[in-house]
Amino acid sequence: MLDPNIIKDDELEILLTDVSSLYGYDFTQYSRASLKRRLNRICVIDKFTSFAELRYNLIHHPEYLQRFIEEITVNVTEMFRDPHFYKALREKVFPQLGTYPFIRIWLAGCATGEEAYSIAILLKEANLYNRSLIYATDINPGVLEKARMGIFSISQMKQYSENYILSGGTADFSQYYTANYDMVKFHADLKEKMIFSTHNLVSDSSFNEFQLVICRNVLIYFEKELQNKVFRLFDDSLDNLGFLALGAKETIRFSNLETSYKQIKGEKIWKKIK
Amino acid sequence: MVQDTKIFLIGGSAGSLTVLLEVLPQLRNDILFPIVIILHRKSHPDSILNMLLSNYTNLEVCEAEDKMMLKSKCIYLVPPDYHLLFEDTQMVSLDSSEKINYSRPSIDVTLQSAAEVFKENAVALLLSGANADGVDGLQHIKRNNGKALAQEPETAAVNYMPRQAILQVDIDRILRPDQMAEFINNL
Repeated sequence: MLDPNIIKDDELEILLTDVSSLYGYDFTQYSRASLKRRLNRICVIDKFTSFAELRYNLIHHPEYLQRFIEEITVNVTEMFRDPHFYKALREKVFPQLGTYPFIRIWLAGCATGEEAYSIAILLKEANLYNRSLIYATDINPGVLEKARMGIFSISQMKQYSENYILSGGTADFSQYYTANYDMVKFHADLKEKMIFSTHNLVSDSSFNEFQLVICRNVLIYFEKELQNKVFRLFDDSLDNLGFLALGAKETIRFSNLETSYKQIKGEKIWKKIK
Repeated sequence: MVQDTKIFLIGGSAGSLTVLLEVLPQLRNDILFPIVIILHRKSHPDSILNMLLSNYTNLEVCEAEDKMMLKSKCIYLVPPDYHLLFEDTQMVSLDSSEKINYSRPSIDVTLQSAAEVFKENAVALLLSGANADGVDGLQHIKRNNGKALAQEPETAAVNYMPRQAILQVDIDRILRPDQMAEFINNL
């Protein structure tokens, strides 16, 4: 089926203005190419045949907003996605975090929580879990609800288990969850140290000091200027000598942070040096 | 009137790498547009494909990065596990949303985006492959008055992809690998 082009460029701008002025969610600095795809996608899924229909629904049904935001943002995630990234956390970052009496980690844009559980497993295996706190935040309250549950599809577990092993995991991955029909539930002790909260990177400010900020595959949806603003937010939220971790294709190069951070060779992880 | 080519896109899956290795060395190094290659491939931390292709052409080869500015005489590979979209005729974005046709990168996604941004100045070529990802994309290219090309299925290691393209899309030219470089050089 061909994706229809229901929402035109100028209509997209009108919708963004509506959502911003009515509900206070500002998407005007999100990358347009992805937003446009998402908007056309939501029209197909929710069966809107025109811009006017979508707009009417958005304006007159405030309860639709949550779904709208959840669908136009990308919530695709995996456990131990890019296993070498987790390997680098284990081998290059955690030994340094271990020197702190207390470790605070901010997972910005955690979506349905797969990364948060991955990090929790990593911390446990490094014997750091008891003195850590993972702050997992996202713009969407709906996905945070899923994250809190820690229930994922069993069909993913083979892949996740492979990722886990590639990340340097040596335990039996299945010890971390209980399977039930076609779902698995991760054990409750993994979320003892997780704090889930909504946070909008566009409009909310820093809320703590962290030793590690992880924000992977979120900034690609932002325009350059907003990327820089979020980098400043992360900088304000990081301890001296703290670490910033980004997605495989994201970088602080060319940003205002470049000179005060040192990259871990070959990794998308930077250490704050001043 | 002859349309200016502003972007050339190559999509391929199983069996397409050998075609690229034949075509790339024959490309002129003064072509006036960027080339974007969308291949189905496994995620890998090191850009091995990037290095491999670099050895077969004098053009610059790089893996596309988020918000990268496009240059002519440059070949951009879409990185594994990301879709590539065009913000405008100058800048690309990466996107890690749902797989399309079980694929990320999806050829359809990039071709559709190119069609909308470059309109009649987009030219896209679909190579060997075992699924139909890219066929809808070619349709978008055509609908926006760009040019759609497909590998001659007889010459394809896996002919499903180009065959579907030819069945479903009004293809402008069907090319054998030994004709591709000349065609691109003359755009």
